[in-house]
Amino acid sequence: MNDALYARRKKVNALMFALTAACAAVASGTLLAILGYIAWKGASSISWAFLTNLPKPVGEHGGGIANAIVGSAKVVGLAGLMGIPVGVLGGVYLAEYGRGRYAFAVRYAADVMNGVPSIVVGLFAYALIVHPMKRFSALSGSVALAFIMVPIVLRNTEEFLRLVPGTIREAALALGVPRWKVTLLVILPTAGRGILTGALLALARVAGETAPLIFTAFGNRFADNGWLNPIATLPHTIFTYAISPYEDWHNQAWAAALILMIFVLLVNVTARVWLRPSSGSSH
Amino acid sequence: MDMMRPMPLPAVKEGAAPENAAIAMSVRDLRAGYGAAPVLKGVNLEIREKTVTAIIGPSGCGKSTLIRCLNRMHEAIPGATCDGEILLGGRNALAIDPVLLRREVGMVFQRPNPFPTMTIAQNVAAGLVLNGVRDRALIAETVEKSLRRAALWDEVKDKLDAPGVGLSGGQQQRLCIARALAVEPRVLLLDEPCSALDPIATGRIEELLIQIKDQLTVVIVTHNMQQAARVSEYTVFMLMGEMVEYGLTRRMFTQPADKRTEDYITGRFG
Repeated sequence: MNDALYARRKKVNALMFALTAACAAVASGTLLAILGYIAWKGASSISWAFLTNLPKPVGEHGGGIANAIVGSAKVVGLAGLMGIPVGVLGGVYLAEYGRGRYAFAVRYAADVMNGVPSIVVGLFAYALIVHPMKRFSALSGSVALAFIMVPIVLRNTEEFLRLVPGTIREAALALGVPRWKVTLLVILPTAGRGILTGALLALARVAGETAPLIFTAFGNRFADNGWLNPIATLPHTIFTYAISPYEDWHNQAWAAALILMIFVLLVNVTARVWLRPSSGSSH
Repeated sequence: MDMMRPMPLPAVKEGAAPENAAIAMSVRDLRAGYGAAPVLKGVNLEIREKTVTAIIGPSGCGKSTLIRCLNRMHEAIPGATCDGEILLGGRNALAIDPVLLRREVGMVFQRPNPFPTMTIAQNVAAGLVLNGVRDRALIAETVEKSLRRAALWDEVKDKLDAPGVGLSGGQQQRLCIARALAVEPRVLLLDEPCSALDPIATGRIEELLIQIKDQLTVVIVTHNMQQAARVSEYTVFMLMGEMVEYGLTRRMFTQPADKRTEDYITGRFG
């Protein structure tokens, strides 16, 4: 009787182990499948000309996505310039001074913001910038992406500042250093690597956002023309090309997707390798 | 027993009697705690200049709270309260800016806490640099002088630009002492500085404490009664938030005046 029960348990154990291993394989395999499929579909269309040329007029074969690469760099870069400082300083507030109801509300709002669908953020940026200025613009796209970045950077900054041991803060205070200098010159640099990593990951995340750009940056088939005009971006170009009826554009969409994936992957790997030596904490 | 004033100090034969030394800090009717819970219930104390005073007592007796009140690090804890009078050379320490007070009353903590982003030299210079000193020659001179006083110079003089956290635990703690000495405080507080160290590292720190007291006043909280006996001229025995006995160390360890002190020293509790 007992032997039979034990044998059954061993079988159930083996079955459950296989099940969890299979689920883990599905989870990690997805990344490999996506990467492999995009590389297979897109690699053939990638060439130097594809990276450096502007799109050809509709109907003409060939052309490149240089404007989308430049556009993504500009829109994401400006979003970082706006979103990272706000997020970092907000995180400093929460970690160093944040007690009581206001801090609770800020933290809660940031967490909710993290879950707001990005197309809604795009609509908000539309109402805030595009509508009053009566034009689609790179600026409005950056603002939409910055809104998405702020809560990510803020919560990440707070977490990394909280990892700085209280003894470091005490050591600096005990030297007769004013509180604000302790925060700015001792605590922030100590957490600096983690904060920077979080900022990089947030940049990579918004670099792939499409929905918020549909009615802000809008897209453009011509070279970049300043901050106050519609601008092409990689994810948006992929979207327009993918829903187009042209075979050539489909191939270019795959190629552009590969470029975007490589960029996001590079940033991710860089950020994670960078983080490792200092704290060894997983993220 | 009248606990409102320090014990009259017994006359001792050997050596220069340090009880004639000037008063560096005095504490009067100090009450402190966290929220509603009192930890110190009216402590009176006079710390003599250029001596080592040890504070001993069982865990939770308030000795760390007492030492943290002396440079107002106690206030850095949310909800902490502190009442009474602390005088530093005639000035009311509770009325001056805590930032300025801490430049005169430095502190070394239980666990070595060098700044992880800084080199050995930067750690020592931190108090100067963070407060705006830019004179490189002065900084270099202070770094060497402080490391020498902390008995660490010979071990690190060839690797001043290596990270401070790369040193051993005992070296890190001496680095922290050098960092505290670099701002030239009048009083140095040490809160169980050797509790994370091995006996050899502990011995080095005890030696240096005995050496530096010719230039400043040292107050050390310790769990270790042998340590108190080795390094201090004066000992304060605390129990449940009250100062039970205060006097010359050699007197307290040989002829304690209070039964509770005797019980603690002989290991009957605590």
